[in-house]
Amino acid sequence: MSEAHRVPNYMAIFWWLAGLTVVEVGYSSILPHEHKVLLIVGLVGFAAVKASLVALYFMHLRFERRGLGIIVTSTLILGCILVGVGMAEHLLPRP
Amino acid sequence: MEATVLVHERFEEETNTGIPHDKMGMWVFLCSEVMFFTGLIGGYIVLRFASPFWPQPSTVLNVPLTAMNTFILICSSVTMVQALGGIRAGNPARMKLFLCLTLFFGAIFLSIQGVEYWKLLHEHTRAYPNGFNPHASLFGSVFFTTTGFHGFHVFCGVVCMSFVTGKAFLGKYTQADHQCVETIGLYWHFVDLVWIVLFTIIYLI
Repeated sequence: MSEAHRVPNYMAIFWWLAGLTVVEVGYSSILPHEHKVLLIVGLVGFAAVKASLVALYFMHLRFERRGLGIIVTSTLILGCILVGVGMAEHLLPRP
Repeated sequence: MEATVLVHERFEEETNTGIPHDKMGMWVFLCSEVMFFTGLIGGYIVLRFASPFWPQPSTVLNVPLTAMNTFILICSSVTMVQALGGIRAGNPARMKLFLCLTLFFGAIFLSIQGVEYWKLLHEHTRAYPNGFNPHASLFGSVFFTTTGFHGFHVFCGVVCMSFVTGKAFLGKYTQADHQCVETIGLYWHFVDLVWIVLFTIIYLI
């Protein structure tokens, strides 16, 4: 049921998003840029959590019908494949 | 609450998905937008991996200013969802107030992005004596393309939001009929979501 759901605490989500942004900026400025893998994994993780919060609570995806979730998830999977194939071009050893 | 349940039951009868058609249309559009931005972000990542020289973004871009801009866009998402909450609760005045605030934050975001672009294009640094522009480097080219397209999306959002806000002030939305507010809200949150990803990938990594 898309309309009749419990209203999430939007201000709590807001503070999480704001806090994670501060942590993200601090993380990227404190961590030496030689630790590239740690930097990328950490920052992409923070961004994924923030993006999920927006999609699930502000866009109400958490309370929507399953069919909509499947449509969105399949799009994200396609997107990941697209980026993955592009990156594989450079990461995999060439014959 | 009863009113919202009734509205939902009407959609149950009128659509085979149980989701209002315009809302479903917006979600399908947003899925196509996901692929559009995935192409841009994927292109950025691939070019960055392939390029032997790529400057550390924090040495070229103004990260604190953009972090503040990110915060402003997050604020606009909260005001947007509060506007929807207002009309759902049968409080049009609250909806109007928060729609205006969303418009305000959207305009501030665009203004700050404009200032950032102006500074990048006109400030002469040692690495970029003619200013950081799309001709200066591959990073400049991809940076302006990606953030420019996002800025264009924000601009379109502001234009559509102005239209919706105008209709709100004309009293066109009620507790039982406010689908337009929810639909434009979805677009606005999507633009915020994309910026969260772009900020991390382009400015921080």
